[in-house]
Amino acid sequence: MFKRIMAPVDLAHLDKLERALDVTAEEAKLHGAAVTYVSVSAAAPSALAHTPEEFKTRLGAFADQQAKTHGINADAHAIISHDPSIDIDDALLKAIRDTGADLVVMASHTPGLADYFWPSNGGNIAGHTSASVFIVRDA
Amino acid sequence: MADQTVNQGIPEPEGTSDLITTNYEIGQDNVEGSVGPFGFDVHNPVFLISGLTIVAFVFYALALPEQASSFFGWLRPALTSNFDWFFLWSANIFVVFCLALIVSPWGSVRIGGPDAQPDYGYVGWFAMLFAAGMGIGLMFFGVLEPVYHMAISQPLGVPSPIAEDGTLIPENVEAAKQMGLAATIYHWGLHPWAIYAIVALALALFTYNKGLPLTIRSAFYPLLGERVWGWWGHIIDTLAVFATLFGLATSLGFGAQQANAGLEHIYGIPNNVTVQVILITGITGIALFSVLRGLDGGVKVLSEINMVVAALLLVFVLFAAGPANILGDFVSGLGAYAADILPLSNPHGREDTGYMQGWTAFYWAWWISWSPFVGMFIARVSRGRTVREFLTCVLIIPSLVCVLWMAVFGGAAIDQVLSDPAGSAVKAQVIDSYNPPISLFAMLEGLPLASITSTIGIILVIVFFVTSSDSGSLVIDTITAGGKIDAPVPQRVFWCTFEGAVAIVLLIGGGLPALQAMVISTGLPFTVVLLLMCWAIVKGLMAEKRAAS
Repeated sequence: MFKRIMAPVDLAHLDKLERALDVTAEEAKLHGAAVTYVSVSAAAPSALAHTPEEFKTRLGAFADQQAKTHGINADAHAIISHDPSIDIDDALLKAIRDTGADLVVMASHTPGLADYFWPSNGGNIAGHTSASVFIVRDA
Repeated sequence: MADQTVNQGIPEPEGTSDLITTNYEIGQDNVEGSVGPFGFDVHNPVFLISGLTIVAFVFYALALPEQASSFFGWLRPALTSNFDWFFLWSANIFVVFCLALIVSPWGSVRIGGPDAQPDYGYVGWFAMLFAAGMGIGLMFFGVLEPVYHMAISQPLGVPSPIAEDGTLIPENVEAAKQMGLAATIYHWGLHPWAIYAIVALALALFTYNKGLPLTIRSAFYPLLGERVWGWWGHIIDTLAVFATLFGLATSLGFGAQQANAGLEHIYGIPNNVTVQVILITGITGIALFSVLRGLDGGVKVLSEINMVVAALLLVFVLFAAGPANILGDFVSGLGAYAADILPLSNPHGREDTGYMQGWTAFYWAWWISWSPFVGMFIARVSRGRTVREFLTCVLIIPSLVCVLWMAVFGGAAIDQVLSDPAGSAVKAQVIDSYNPPISLFAMLEGLPLASITSTIGIILVIVFFVTSSDSGSLVIDTITAGGKIDAPVPQRVFWCTFEGAVAIVLLIGGGLPALQAMVISTGLPFTVVLLLMCWAIVKGLMAEKRAAS
């Protein structure tokens, strides 16, 4: 049913992504789909990497490790943005087009009051793409 | 510490860039959580200390207004008159240092590593340099300063062409006209941009080449080593936040008064605190909108729009005031600047202390107190340029643009004063009485289409405030988040709103002049900081060259 799954990940908060990563792998196996792990970062140094190149290497390593752990076919797509906090939704929507993904699996928090002001990334993505979107809530 | 299996530690250096190896992990001192529904991720203790000190100083200024204004009212002139030599010599060192770097072999080092591509094209980059650093000042001082220096402050003892009874003294005219432009260009040319360039280059180098967090303390790594992550660093960052927030808030307060004066002059809108509070609220509201649109969709777009509008206004004034005259002013102003830059930069044996201490030393302290903010913003958008390209574009080209701006606006105003001293609105508002906020509009009155161009002038002032407020919020948020540039967005909203609130409180309660004097006083310790940064830059560039060879 699905050929390519896009899984947006935040490497700094992997602990919060466990359920979403499991769902991603299960969907991939069920449909025989390939997975592209996507992540957005700025060019300035962060806790994850000094440079954009290092960030790409790190995301690649993460994708390889997921592929090995779950026995799936996976690659990585790193996005360098000037202002990640703001640009993330647009960057992810562009990534859906660039990777040709037909399913997006992403983690999202349970909506609360703040979502009236800052809608969740997942909700925003689902509202603006033709791909199917699977939003995985916190446990 | 973070979970090492997630691999959050700063990895070993790689590539030909000379990454600094440190066990410090960006964000390791941060506190993450949420207040109600809003998430935060801030540096402990920089966020809390800066926030609380700012509130404490606002209370001090409001509770003891006379004491605060007499203390800071004494402190600022005391600093600029006792340390004038220190400010002037330091600024000279910065200019020479930058010019030397342009021609040195280190000029070929690329910010962000040898293979880095520029993040922004020239247009967006230039627009942002001006919007953060100077736009508002060019609007405010473009007419005021050239006229004032020509007629009143008498730099280097060049006599005024206007006699006490208001008539012209023909033999003084040519020299005074040139000195008016040269003495202004001196304050807006190489020296201020060198000050910004030093801070920006130090931060860009230590962030994009050395892998340290984007925050002021990183530039001190060569000097302090691992101690920058402790209290030394906390103090440096807190001082920077403090100077930035108060610098922006007091400028916003004064800016609202200026815009109000302009609105009264043109449209007869009443000049009172209510209108000014509405203006601050409006500017902060637009800035919030811009903050939420991010760096590319907000500041950059507004900066580009403003640059185009400012350029159109410049071209209009140029043609309306007579292009031949004004271009003549540009050439003679540039020539006078080149001829007088050395005597103007020399602090010893001068008799024109009113100009040298009241204007030059004051300006240098002011630029320097703004340099952490402007420098950090420039650093953030300058990745991918070589040091030579960076300095040419941050030092030489903006200086030339400022020369052109001052020649056009100042030249047009001076021509108005000299051609018809009795009927000139500029003479009435700058020389006969001193009404700085009206000076630009007084000059525009002497040209055709004054009501349209004055409205454009007010819009430019307001949008330059929006871009300063927006870029300032970005900078403060990054510093108080320990160098993280992807901290939760509500934090930026907090700083932007806080800045507007501080401006409103100071406007209503009084205390704007006292706190602005305090901000300018931070220029003195920061001058020492900038001198140390020069040394850090040399050390950093040497290591880059070694890594490359």
